[in-house]
Amino acid sequence: MQTIHNIPMNMYLLLSTVLFSIGVFGVLLRRNAIIIFMCVELMLNAVNLLFVAFSAYLGDTQGQVFVFFIMAVAAAEVAVGLAILTMIHRNTGSVDIETLNKLKH
Amino acid sequence: MNQLIPLIPLFPLIGFLIVGLFGKKISKNSISILASGSILASFLVSVAVFVQVQNSASHAITVNLFDWISSGKLHVSFSFLADPLSALFLLIITGVGFLIHVYSVGYMKEDEGFHRFFAYLNLFVFFMLLLVLGSNYLILFVGWEGVGLCSYLLIGFWFKNTAFNNAAKKAFIMNRIGDLGFLLGILLIYLTFGSINYIEVFGQAKFFSSEQPVITAITLLLFIGAMGKSAQLPLYTWLPDAMAGPTPVSALIHAATMVTAGVYMIARSNILYTLSPFSMQVVAIVGVLTSLFAASIGLFQNDIKKVLAYSTVSQLGLMFLALGVGAYTTGVFHVMTHAFFKALLFLGAGSVIHAMGGEQDIRKMGGLKKYLPLTYLTFLAGTLAISGIFPFAGFFSKDEILAHTFEHNKFLWFLASIASAMTAFYMFRLLYLTFFSGFRGTKEQEHHLHESPKSMTIPLILLAILSLVGGFVGIPEVFHVSHWLNGFLAPVFADSEMKTMPEYTHHGTEITLILFALSVAIAMIYLANNYYVRLGKRPPEEGAAIPPFQKVLYNKYYVDELYTTVFMKPFNWVSDKFYRFIELRFVNVIVNSVGEGVSWGSRTLRLLQTGSIEFYLLIMVLSIALILFVR
Amino acid sequence: MTLYLFYFLSFLAIISALMVVVSKNPVNSVLFLIITFFAIAGHYVLLNAQFLAAVHIIVYAGAIMVLFLYVIMMMNFSKESEPSKTKLSQIVATVAGGIFLITLIGALHFYDVDMSPGHSDPGAGLVGALGKVLFSKFLLPFEISSLLFLAAMTGVVLLGKKNNDNS
Repeated sequence: MQTIHNIPMNMYLLLSTVLFSIGVFGVLLRRNAIIIFMCVELMLNAVNLLFVAFSAYLGDTQGQVFVFFIMAVAAAEVAVGLAILTMIHRNTGSVDIETLNKLKH
Repeated sequence: MNQLIPLIPLFPLIGFLIVGLFGKKISKNSISILASGSILASFLVSVAVFVQVQNSASHAITVNLFDWISSGKLHVSFSFLADPLSALFLLIITGVGFLIHVYSVGYMKEDEGFHRFFAYLNLFVFFMLLLVLGSNYLILFVGWEGVGLCSYLLIGFWFKNTAFNNAAKKAFIMNRIGDLGFLLGILLIYLTFGSINYIEVFGQAKFFSSEQPVITAITLLLFIGAMGKSAQLPLYTWLPDAMAGPTPVSALIHAATMVTAGVYMIARSNILYTLSPFSMQVVAIVGVLTSLFAASIGLFQNDIKKVLAYSTVSQLGLMFLALGVGAYTTGVFHVMTHAFFKALLFLGAGSVIHAMGGEQDIRKMGGLKKYLPLTYLTFLAGTLAISGIFPFAGFFSKDEILAHTFEHNKFLWFLASIASAMTAFYMFRLLYLTFFSGFRGTKEQEHHLHESPKSMTIPLILLAILSLVGGFVGIPEVFHVSHWLNGFLAPVFADSEMKTMPEYTHHGTEITLILFALSVAIAMIYLANNYYVRLGKRPPEEGAAIPPFQKVLYNKYYVDELYTTVFMKPFNWVSDKFYRFIELRFVNVIVNSVGEGVSWGSRTLRLLQTGSIEFYLLIMVLSIALILFVR
Repeated sequence: MTLYLFYFLSFLAIISALMVVVSKNPVNSVLFLIITFFAIAGHYVLLNAQFLAAVHIIVYAGAIMVLFLYVIMMMNFSKESEPSKTKLSQIVATVAGGIFLITLIGALHFYDVDMSPGHSDPGAGLVGALGKVLFSKFLLPFEISSLLFLAAMTGVVLLGKKNNDNS
């Protein structure tokens, strides 16, 4: 497919930067741990997009393989993270991160 | 067959580990068997190695165990070198060591630290074997420090006594002074030759011209090490104090083996010493002065072990004299004979002390010949040997030293002859005061007098036999017999021989010298006999008025007091001033304010740790932005 | 045509990503996130990574997001239960996010990645090509990732268990 050649690489860079920043913004703005978690997923996907873009532009398959591994790790991470959140919710009745301020002395 | 060599130090190490770790759980019998057995095994292997060394063409077997240090240009392999010199030392250490182990079984039977004692003793033998087997200066140094440690542990063996502990500390610290010199010597060797391996160093040294300042520096530094370990002037005062340890320890460590490590080291580095006539001169002079000095102190000591200690210092002085005049074989020969008769004398003294219930003052003994016949006979053999009476071992080695000194320098010979005459006198004084006349101790002690058990007398008898025949390995060539030891050790000293002009003694002169020394010794024995047996003179009691000269000697020339005044008092004064002014006013203030500053800072910074995840996240994002921005 | 498609998909992705962040209801957030993922999958197709696009839909939209939804329903905060932040911290968060975005773009601009498309192989994104790389060069990481899953699974089971024994 010759299609991608019409689109400059910089556009992909910009897109994934914006997506990543939205993820960061969400992490900062929200208090619900599950939403924060979703924002982290969004950030991961922004990076994935960049990987695939570079892979296509450089004609190197290895970038796509990396995306595979990131997906695998993300899946494991989501499973464990959600389990932890479930436990927290079960014990404290909330997943509001402001209530989770036990990290001090 | 080469694989046998590592076994020699391995056996005592295993013995140490088992006895040291499980000593409390196993019976005294099994400890004795384990500890002595491991030394016996080493001895048997040593014999095998000895035979092998003698038969091998190169007269040196190197066994490389593993690479120890490999850093930059420095390569030190952990390897053993068995050549005639180390093989001879191996036999002395394991042979005499075994006899002393057996003796200790009887001697230490009642002691509660029985297992500790044997663990230390085995460890000592291990380090000593490492010392003589190592194929480079670093392993020698490891062994050197190891035996120093064991010596410390064993001098302070009865650690409940403060005086004994102080003696142990004294020995340790005095040795440190020497060790510093030794270590610097090794570093200088490395800088000069780029290696600390014997074979490489000596191989290069062969091509050095004589009297290079760096060689002189190396040899003098090494000699400082030897001074400390072998109790030479001025670092000898620890050895008499080291008699605080149990008597078998004095016999093994402070007479037969460890203190001869200095002799071994110099004999090993003979080529370096040969290259530096100045160092040789220093060694010879220090040796003869030590010998004279210690012998004169020995004349008026009243503690049976102190007398022997000073005689050890004196004999070590003679060994260094031999090395200093270039008679390396003779020095090693005297190490061997000395190991036999001095171990015998110490063990005999131990037997006496055992019988007397711990009493060491010869003024309270006397007439023990009747009660301890075996001890008496063996002690007599040792005394004859150290006095240099034909045909005992000491005769051959001592006369060889005197003959070589005579060739070298008549004045040194004169001083050495005086020292050996004094040796004959005070040794017979000791013998007469201990074993002759009537008993001077308490009734209770007299009642308890008994001959020692078999485990103690058998080593005595074996050592007495060795003291009798040990000298025959080195019969002077005057008697038209080949000098076996000379031939055996020749490969070790071959390079040195090539550098020096062989000095030739006229046989007539040698015979004259021998006869002279013998007659002096006999005269001294007669003198001692006359004075202490016929006239029945006794050493003065504590506090009695004595002539000033005798008082100076009795108080060991006040050397300890001198050291206290010259070194310790100024040192303490300076330390005290430093403590008051620098420590309290500066160091303490700085250290404390640093501590308080950190404490204040943490108390303040702690408030940043709010525990709020959002805050952390915010900071994190901003920091990442900052990092990207800065880049 | 493809350029328009690119702009459409990018627009969709950014808008729905923003909606994920701002919508009050977590369930809505999840649904918007799914839309974002579909948009990203569209980008993958544009980039010639057809297989990855399919996997992406299956894994993210099909598995991960379902997991999220499931957890949200289990916890029962489909209601707008989340107390919103104070105005101040909202402003701070926005400013910080904005600074981050600007810095990131600035950093990218600084490096000037104006790359011309290389000799791309049309078959690169297909299963065959990917599989060859994955099972030759990346075989060991691939196998190790299975260990990761095993560990994750064990961990989840352990975490999800109710501790009745009070230990």
